[in-house]
Amino acid sequence: MDLLSSYIIHQADNALILGHRNSEWTGHGPILEQDIALSNIALDLIGQARNFYQLAASRINELDPGEIITEDDLAYLRDGNEFKNFILLEQTNGDWAKTILRQFYFSSFQLLQFRELVKSQNTELAAISEKSVKETRYHVKWSSEWVIRLGDGTSESHSRMVSAQQDLNPYIAEMFTPADFDYEAESSRAGILPDKLKEEWYQRVNRILEIATLPVISEEKKTMQILSGKNGVHSEHLGFLLAEMQFLQRAYPGCQW
Amino acid sequence: MDREQIINILSEVKDPEIPVLTISDLGILRAVEYAGDFIQIQITPTYSGCPAMEVIQEDIRAELAKHGLNHVEIKQVLSPAWTSDWMSEAGKKKLVAYGIAAPATHACFLSGEDKPESCPLCHSKNIEMISRFGSTACKALYRCLDCREPFDYFKCH
Repeated sequence: MDLLSSYIIHQADNALILGHRNSEWTGHGPILEQDIALSNIALDLIGQARNFYQLAASRINELDPGEIITEDDLAYLRDGNEFKNFILLEQTNGDWAKTILRQFYFSSFQLLQFRELVKSQNTELAAISEKSVKETRYHVKWSSEWVIRLGDGTSESHSRMVSAQQDLNPYIAEMFTPADFDYEAESSRAGILPDKLKEEWYQRVNRILEIATLPVISEEKKTMQILSGKNGVHSEHLGFLLAEMQFLQRAYPGCQW
Repeated sequence: MDREQIINILSEVKDPEIPVLTISDLGILRAVEYAGDFIQIQITPTYSGCPAMEVIQEDIRAELAKHGLNHVEIKQVLSPAWTSDWMSEAGKKKLVAYGIAAPATHACFLSGEDKPESCPLCHSKNIEMISRFGSTACKALYRCLDCREPFDYFKCH
């Protein structure tokens, strides 16, 4: 597979995996309105994933017109080591605090990235980003409000946010560590190197964490990270997620709703 | 049959989630081309994950088939991205009559900062937000503090 297709699939995988995690909350949210809110965000993300997968599939088919693949093949018939999502996104939902914090970290990243991708030389990537940037702005707003509400809430909600930070902060560095496909995207002017977004991401995220009376975060100089979701080296959680998400297509190939 | 007539037929197709609005009212019908007996239609989703798009495509085909028009191609386009500014004035009135507050401002660069002008039921301006997301991604949930009714608000987007 060429590197630009990998770059597009990376975007799709990020959106799909978090969309799936969020959908696990459907029917289990702490209150009905927020259950609906998170389900709607899941829907936006899965919609974004479909747009990216369709683009990747048509590009792969164009470059290698043998066996025709579809968006469904990419989502349902790849194994864990072929997925290129951030490790952050496959983590289990934990409590509401952890789910909220992950959404906030990732939506803040997506927003900055989509703002650059609307200028992509690849017109289809630009079109998907133009569509997605508006949705993502809203996700940032919603998750920021919850970070503030929980961080600056009760001592219980505050301590849960602090422990969510302890759980999730080690996975931040990966978002800004370029993979081969990022360099390709940058040099072909289809995308942007993620480390260029780093400074603004920390500024924006810390601004909200401060309001939320939570510890601000700084770039980890020495990362202990040995996993690299972008390169297919995932945590154990992805396997369980895929087992559930892909079950139907694996057990009943080609099955339609 | 000419292009105008086809557009008239298409304006019978309703949004399955807000059945008082047609796809033209919503601004999701982007282009109609008609040559020979072949119809090409472009539609655009309101939100990336809008689950109504497939139903809308089926409804478009069904409506055209009623008039013997079966040679149809429907394409989904993403750019320019849909905005609530494309909703017709007639559409906004129908929304309010249906009990959903219409998008309050234009060209919302500050997504999420807008709020409904008034309660669609009693028209009081004394309202508050319950949740940023309502029954669908395109709506938020509000409550009127005078008549006490909750209502959906079609967000600026």
